[in-house]
Amino acid sequence: MASEQPFTGSKISLAHGGGGQLTDELISQCVLPRLGNSILSDLLDSAILPLLAAGEKPTLTIDSYVVQPLFFPGGDIGRLCVSGTVNDLAVCGARPLGIALSLILTEGLPKSTLEKVLDSTAATAKEAGVRIVTGDTKVVGHGQGDGIYITTAGIGATACYKLHPDLIEPGDAIIISGNIADHGMAVMLARQLPQVQSAIASDVAPLNQMIASLLQATAGVKFLRDPTRGGLAGVCADLASRTGRHITLEENLIPVDPRTRHVAEMLGADPLDVANEGKVLAVVRPGAVQAALAALQADPHGVNARVIGQVDATGEGVCELHSTLGGRRILLKAYGEQLPRIC
Amino acid sequence: MNDSIQRLNAAAARLTRPVKFMEVCGTHTMSAFRSGLHSLMPANVTLLSGPGCPVCVTSQGDIDQLIDVARKPGMILCTYGDMIRVVGSAGSLEQARAEGADVRVVYSSLDAVKLAVENPTRQVVFAAVGFETTSPASAAAVLHADRLFLSNFTILTSHKLVMPAMRALLSADDLQVDGFLCPGHVAVILGAATFDPIATEYHKPCVIAGFEPLQIAAALARLTEMIADSICRSENFYSEAVTETGNRAAQELIAKIFRTDASYWRGLALLPDSGLVLRDQYRRYDARLRFQLGKPVDREIPGCLCGDVITGRATPIDCRLFGSACTPARAIGPCMVSSEGTCQAWFKYKRAVNRRSPLNLKSEISDGTLPAPVPAEGRAS
Repeated sequence: MASEQPFTGSKISLAHGGGGQLTDELISQCVLPRLGNSILSDLLDSAILPLLAAGEKPTLTIDSYVVQPLFFPGGDIGRLCVSGTVNDLAVCGARPLGIALSLILTEGLPKSTLEKVLDSTAATAKEAGVRIVTGDTKVVGHGQGDGIYITTAGIGATACYKLHPDLIEPGDAIIISGNIADHGMAVMLARQLPQVQSAIASDVAPLNQMIASLLQATAGVKFLRDPTRGGLAGVCADLASRTGRHITLEENLIPVDPRTRHVAEMLGADPLDVANEGKVLAVVRPGAVQAALAALQADPHGVNARVIGQVDATGEGVCELHSTLGGRRILLKAYGEQLPRIC
Repeated sequence: MNDSIQRLNAAAARLTRPVKFMEVCGTHTMSAFRSGLHSLMPANVTLLSGPGCPVCVTSQGDIDQLIDVARKPGMILCTYGDMIRVVGSAGSLEQARAEGADVRVVYSSLDAVKLAVENPTRQVVFAAVGFETTSPASAAAVLHADRLFLSNFTILTSHKLVMPAMRALLSADDLQVDGFLCPGHVAVILGAATFDPIATEYHKPCVIAGFEPLQIAAALARLTEMIADSICRSENFYSEAVTETGNRAAQELIAKIFRTDASYWRGLALLPDSGLVLRDQYRRYDARLRFQLGKPVDREIPGCLCGDVITGRATPIDCRLFGSACTPARAIGPCMVSSEGTCQAWFKYKRAVNRRSPLNLKSEISDGTLPAPVPAEGRAS
């Protein structure tokens, strides 16, 4: 087999996922120098984590990352896989304790690409203050994968802080932590029109520190969610439907970078439906709005945080947008795949 | 409230009967719904969506041929996004892709040519769909492929021309439209004068409009004023982009590659000289010939009122499939598939009415109004 080349070669081969010497070499030369720490470098079959503090509950999440291109303005699959999982823990009020990371590589992947992704993974984990505590590597043949797929599971510890849609009441404010749609538009532009030069960049970032200071600043936060796939509209439509409340968003209050808006128009997308990877939506008790905004705005990822809507007294489970023009329309979850329009 | 909306309300107050205007452009449909314009319009002015959504007017036979050709071994079928979800008589391009067909969504017809260059052993077919806004790009792709002597690139054309469809609508005995909002993009290509016959021959006022919700509102205000004042003119409210004679280069490109022919429109049936086919010297780029697809077999979907919806004869709620058997996630008719389609727009943006009072749904929606807004404390004005 032509692919059975030694690790001195520049490409990943099937043997790197075979569990033999080449796997060991890949781990010791490529992975551990970047992601290693006292738990991971022990190379046990499981990570054994420290005891939780009294009153804390273990919190678990998992997500897979298959983004194309692997590198896009503002981030890459490595930054994404740490941020996404850390954020999923953080919006449940958990502090991250560790991440399990599983790599599925495609035969023929340049080793330098993997190294670049792992560099970014390590830098993002450091930024978030979380360790990669266990992992796995598999290699699939040509045509069976698409470069790199990453699955990350995160374990965290939640104190007795309850964040749940059932707590939402009429009058609660809807806060977004900053400009929406940057991630989805940066990736879509990089994928569909790579020849177009644009200044827009993904917002992908770990938000655990910002969210921790938000929860510390006020006990008035009732629910948090990161509006990733499905975008702001998807989260708000879900929230309305789940709570049976009427949610009103004010279009003129929703922050969108004008450059991102232009790209969305060009690509036929609605910024409200577009994924974010560095934003959090918070439902906050009316009296806690100022404290929440101050906490968010004090963090570099939340400087543009603002109130964009509220939970209304009526209850038919619908999310409505008051448009800049003064009109009204219903926000629904998008169908699935984002399709560009013809004209 | 905005000036244009105020003007629209003032003119509407002078009307002696309710009026219906029609836009014939998917982007107008989208913009009006996204901005909530319908909820701001006076009760006696209604905006209908005509045959302006490229996906919606493409016939079932053309869609079936796209799916057939995509399923051929070794084929790469390139299409603009919305087409992949349209259901033909045997599934959609999306389903064909899930079953292994190589269907690619492209943003530019030239991306399809590029794929043909990169895949010399495979046949690449470009789904050439749309009005005068997309046909120059298809023509450019054919010209480019011709310069490269590509033998593995063809187009499956169902390009259509806006004006013949408008003429067909205007000639119908049961036309219930009082004026037209003319498509800005098409006017950029063809020139403002193209739409003059709507006023001079058919005696209906028309206004060429841009795509910002306020531009649409201003055009609707003007149309309403013309009706109230018994004026019948063709006016250009998008003069920043639309000249009297249009984009000559694009027109010449269309004429060089294509000639007009009869075309089958959903809802309008077969209209003479309403479509574009490749000229004889470019017929080797015709996928229908290369793959011997024959003539498309056109049929309408049982129970689906899309044809009546895009001609203004019915609204989506008149269709018994709407919202039950036919939803955006499981679309039957093309007007539900396309994000520009009237049915999807109604489903997405008017559903609150539906939920609030299902029994009065029809009366509430058909006069173009929505229930009073819920007061929102602390709202920015």
